[in-house]
Amino acid sequence: MGKFSLKGRNWKQFLSDNKPVVVLLILVVTMSFLSDRFLTWSNIITVLRQTSINAVIATGMTFAILIGGIDLSVGSVLAITGAIAASLVASGMNIILVVILTLLIGLGIGLLNGLLISKGRLQPFIATLGTMTLLRGLTLVYTQGRPISIFGSDTSAMFSKIGTGYFLGIPIPVYIMLVVFFISWYTLNHLKIGRYTYALGSNEEATMYSGIKTDNIKLFVYAVAGVLAALAGIIVTARLGSAQPTAGSGYELDAIAAVVIGGTSMAGGIGTIFGTAIGAMIIGILNNALNMLQVSSYYQDVAKGVVILIAVLLDRKQRKSR
Amino acid sequence: MNKKRYFALALALVLAVGLAGCGTGGTDNGGGEGEYTIGLVVSTLNNPFFVDLRDGAQAKADELGASLIVLDSQDDAATELSNVEDLVNQGVDLIMINPTDSDAVGSAVAAANGAGIPVITLDRSANSGDVVAHIASDNVAGGEMAGEFIVEQLGGAGKVVELEGIPGASAARERGEGFNAAIEGTDLEVVARQTANFDRAEGLSVMENILQAQPEIDAIFAHNDEMALGALEAVKASGRDIMIVGFDATDDAVAAVEAGDLAATVQQLPKDIGSIGVDTAMKVLGGETVDEYIPVALELVTQ
Repeated sequence: MGKFSLKGRNWKQFLSDNKPVVVLLILVVTMSFLSDRFLTWSNIITVLRQTSINAVIATGMTFAILIGGIDLSVGSVLAITGAIAASLVASGMNIILVVILTLLIGLGIGLLNGLLISKGRLQPFIATLGTMTLLRGLTLVYTQGRPISIFGSDTSAMFSKIGTGYFLGIPIPVYIMLVVFFISWYTLNHLKIGRYTYALGSNEEATMYSGIKTDNIKLFVYAVAGVLAALAGIIVTARLGSAQPTAGSGYELDAIAAVVIGGTSMAGGIGTIFGTAIGAMIIGILNNALNMLQVSSYYQDVAKGVVILIAVLLDRKQRKSR
Repeated sequence: MNKKRYFALALALVLAVGLAGCGTGGTDNGGGEGEYTIGLVVSTLNNPFFVDLRDGAQAKADELGASLIVLDSQDDAATELSNVEDLVNQGVDLIMINPTDSDAVGSAVAAANGAGIPVITLDRSANSGDVVAHIASDNVAGGEMAGEFIVEQLGGAGKVVELEGIPGASAARERGEGFNAAIEGTDLEVVARQTANFDRAEGLSVMENILQAQPEIDAIFAHNDEMALGALEAVKASGRDIMIVGFDATDDAVAAVEAGDLAATVQQLPKDIGSIGVDTAMKVLGGETVDEYIPVALELVTQ
């Protein structure tokens, strides 16, 4: 320790409070030894852009999980909002209007989830399982099972910039991700509704008795998840230039994995946006790294599963020992 | 105590990631002197057809001394794009893509084009971007073969069911087109036409529903064997006698044809698609010009 003791202690404290960061660092260091193409600027940019979609969804998922809930419908929300956005773009509607309208649809779906859970007293798992299936079906009806191309109007190229464009050498989706992180972090840490969100997750009854309208918090939380899933739908559609009816299948699981790897407790009340950001990065880097190392796709899922379990086990042990 | 945990974590991670990488001979792919590195992005490796395609490509790559990197898109267009981006960053010499969807693959082709890496498409084509060659079975001819076989077996009249592949996928479109062209003008009537997404489980459930709805069915044409085998289970359970024709001639399906369960299957040669793909890739890398469309032959497998 010696002369670095103070500095070293802070650092150590930070790492032991943020186990996911340790996992991320180990992953990055290991990978940079194993592949000299890993820590290149273009690959870092690629990983960040690939991660942005899951990161945006996972941020919404963090809100849901913080109150002890879950939102399984995010993948289906992504699919249907992506499909609607694609057809609106193709019809030549103003891009800003398309984005606003698409986010409003996400908001509406989120509020529906929230209503089912708060007023309808449904378990979040069941309610969102229902809307997940319902929305997937509606997406197939709406698209007739065929992909919808965004091309065919004057504004198509501009819309696709949302997913493929750059500003100062950094992809647009990365900026979107960072803005989402910041707003969410600010909301959770500096606004009343953020404190209520944590309170609701820690102890629902106590929160209710202290005069807080828990139903409104639930509506808010699922609305956030819906809007962010719709935002991810816009990014995916813009990246691919078309909306796939099967887009987003299984994305809810990647989002939940990111949240949980990031140290958020499934029981609610504990967790941070920073953790989720790191969790999403870990999943993104893992996908990229396993491709770089030419790991057979069959083993990729094995490796991902192992990392998820290790990250969660570590976190759990740490909590218990406190 | 904490240190121990860090150590355990580090060890586990290295095991999970590092060993898996080294185990597959994770050599660096800078594209060493004289040796070309070809990337192969497959729509899914959960379907034996594409596993065969990969095996054919791998065998040819080994024979020609090229190194092949195979990535799985798991039927997700966004994953496909990520895979291609990862290959671009690795600096491969050429990318062969077996698209998940002909429209959505456009962004992936553009990513490779942007880096100046030539692209070859396998089995499914790409609707946009610069592709030096497209290698696929002649699906329309295959669909026709199946249609003509059913017409001949039923003596030119009867009720048939068409189980369609993933809507919009070119293979589904073309097989359907060939099949419907072959039965046109005959007294064959298509009483049900539904998609089962090239999936065996869906083939089973969709066929169960159709069997409930249709009292009279003489034959089924499925756009692939997975759906045909799913439908076979449904037909067997119903105890009805219906002729089933599949497409792809996977091992399971050929065994079913030999056992008399399936009437026929159109044999695509996925291994040939893979190996002709690598062959074409090497020609492109060697500076030869190649045809834009390279059809791969098909044949009808019957008992």
